[in-house]
Amino acid sequence: MARRTSTHVHLLRMAGLFVVGITAFVGLRWVMVPADFGEFGHYRSGAVLDNMNRPRVFAGQAACVECHTDVAELRAKGRHARVACEACHGALAAHAASPAEVKPVRPDARATCIVCHTASLSKPKSFPQVLPAEHAPEGSCAACHAVHNPKIS
Amino acid sequence: MDQDRRTFLGQTGRLLVLTASAGVAWEHVLAGRPEEAPNYRATDHWWAMSIDIETCIGCGNCVRACKTENDVPREPQTFRTWVERYTVDPADLEHPKVESPDGGYGGFHELEVRNPDLKSFFVPKLCNHCAHSPCVQVCPVGATFESQDGVVLVDREYCLGCSYCIQACPYGCRFIDPRTHTVDKCNFCYHRITRGLTTACCETCPTGTRVLADLKDPKDPIHAFLRDHKVQVLKPQMATGSKVFYNGLDGSVR
Repeated sequence: MARRTSTHVHLLRMAGLFVVGITAFVGLRWVMVPADFGEFGHYRSGAVLDNMNRPRVFAGQAACVECHTDVAELRAKGRHARVACEACHGALAAHAASPAEVKPVRPDARATCIVCHTASLSKPKSFPQVLPAEHAPEGSCAACHAVHNPKIS
Repeated sequence: MDQDRRTFLGQTGRLLVLTASAGVAWEHVLAGRPEEAPNYRATDHWWAMSIDIETCIGCGNCVRACKTENDVPREPQTFRTWVERYTVDPADLEHPKVESPDGGYGGFHELEVRNPDLKSFFVPKLCNHCAHSPCVQVCPVGATFESQDGVVLVDREYCLGCSYCIQACPYGCRFIDPRTHTVDKCNFCYHRITRGLTTACCETCPTGTRVLADLKDPKDPIHAFLRDHKVQVLKPQMATGSKVFYNGLDGSVR
């Protein structure tokens, strides 16, 4: 007759299983969770740098003014003083990076103007607005208005 | 060789220590700790935005600039920021007509009925960068989080695309990028603001309606803005700790 296994051995086997299980969990966790996870919170701190390192498409006002001081000075005196260059000229980080190779396209001095200045009941009343079809059915706005320093007559 | 054992051991020891410390330093560079980024300390900032509805003309410059800067798909209708037009009977605030054709990308046509008795205005919207973000709370993997400078960011490499956060956001600011099948949303142009530039939408806003603000900077004009105007956030009853402050927010705005 085989000797009955004592309770003691059962407990040891159980303990062994726990040790193997916990070791496997800790080991897998160590392999699968990135080293920088949880440094500042429940996230990968490297993700902050990922967000930081995306490419820029708009150069920003300061980059434009660095070279185009004359236009910036002219604009600063007029009603468009607070309108940034790239609001009308579009994204120009590529031009700022290599001014000789990448040449910006001159914005159309009608299509660009009417984006903002077309009259609408939804716009604040203090904002200068016209109905383009009545105000000037065709032609460039620049024919009468200095685009960088416009005046309302 | 005239080098004795003592000198040799000393030099080898120094070399080992230096190599090890260089290795540790390089690991930190690779790990991309935000604290190590040149000239930018996340803990010195607390980013927010002010939006003055009374000056918004609905030109759509912000929507176009955002799509360009952040490579947001033109189609389908996915937006990191968009503009809504509210048209409301002044006596019936609960039933506004809200339009946002193509998110305001192409601007807005004049109202079909030019009824001067109606109240009509534009409301630019974007991620509110809540201090207690519902979206962050539901993310099962830690792929979206509030950074130390108060910007809610998305970890594109960690996101599963489960869309829980899209359901959780009370402002509808999140979408699944159809190319990567991961979630995307406004990150306050994190690649610009951490390098001393303003966001693309604020850069191109012709009326100064949208202004990026740093609440931790005592010289920031936001403090005067918040003091001098009657300011409100969207859905204050949700207690999300929104950091996009609106001036002139009408009661009809949802």
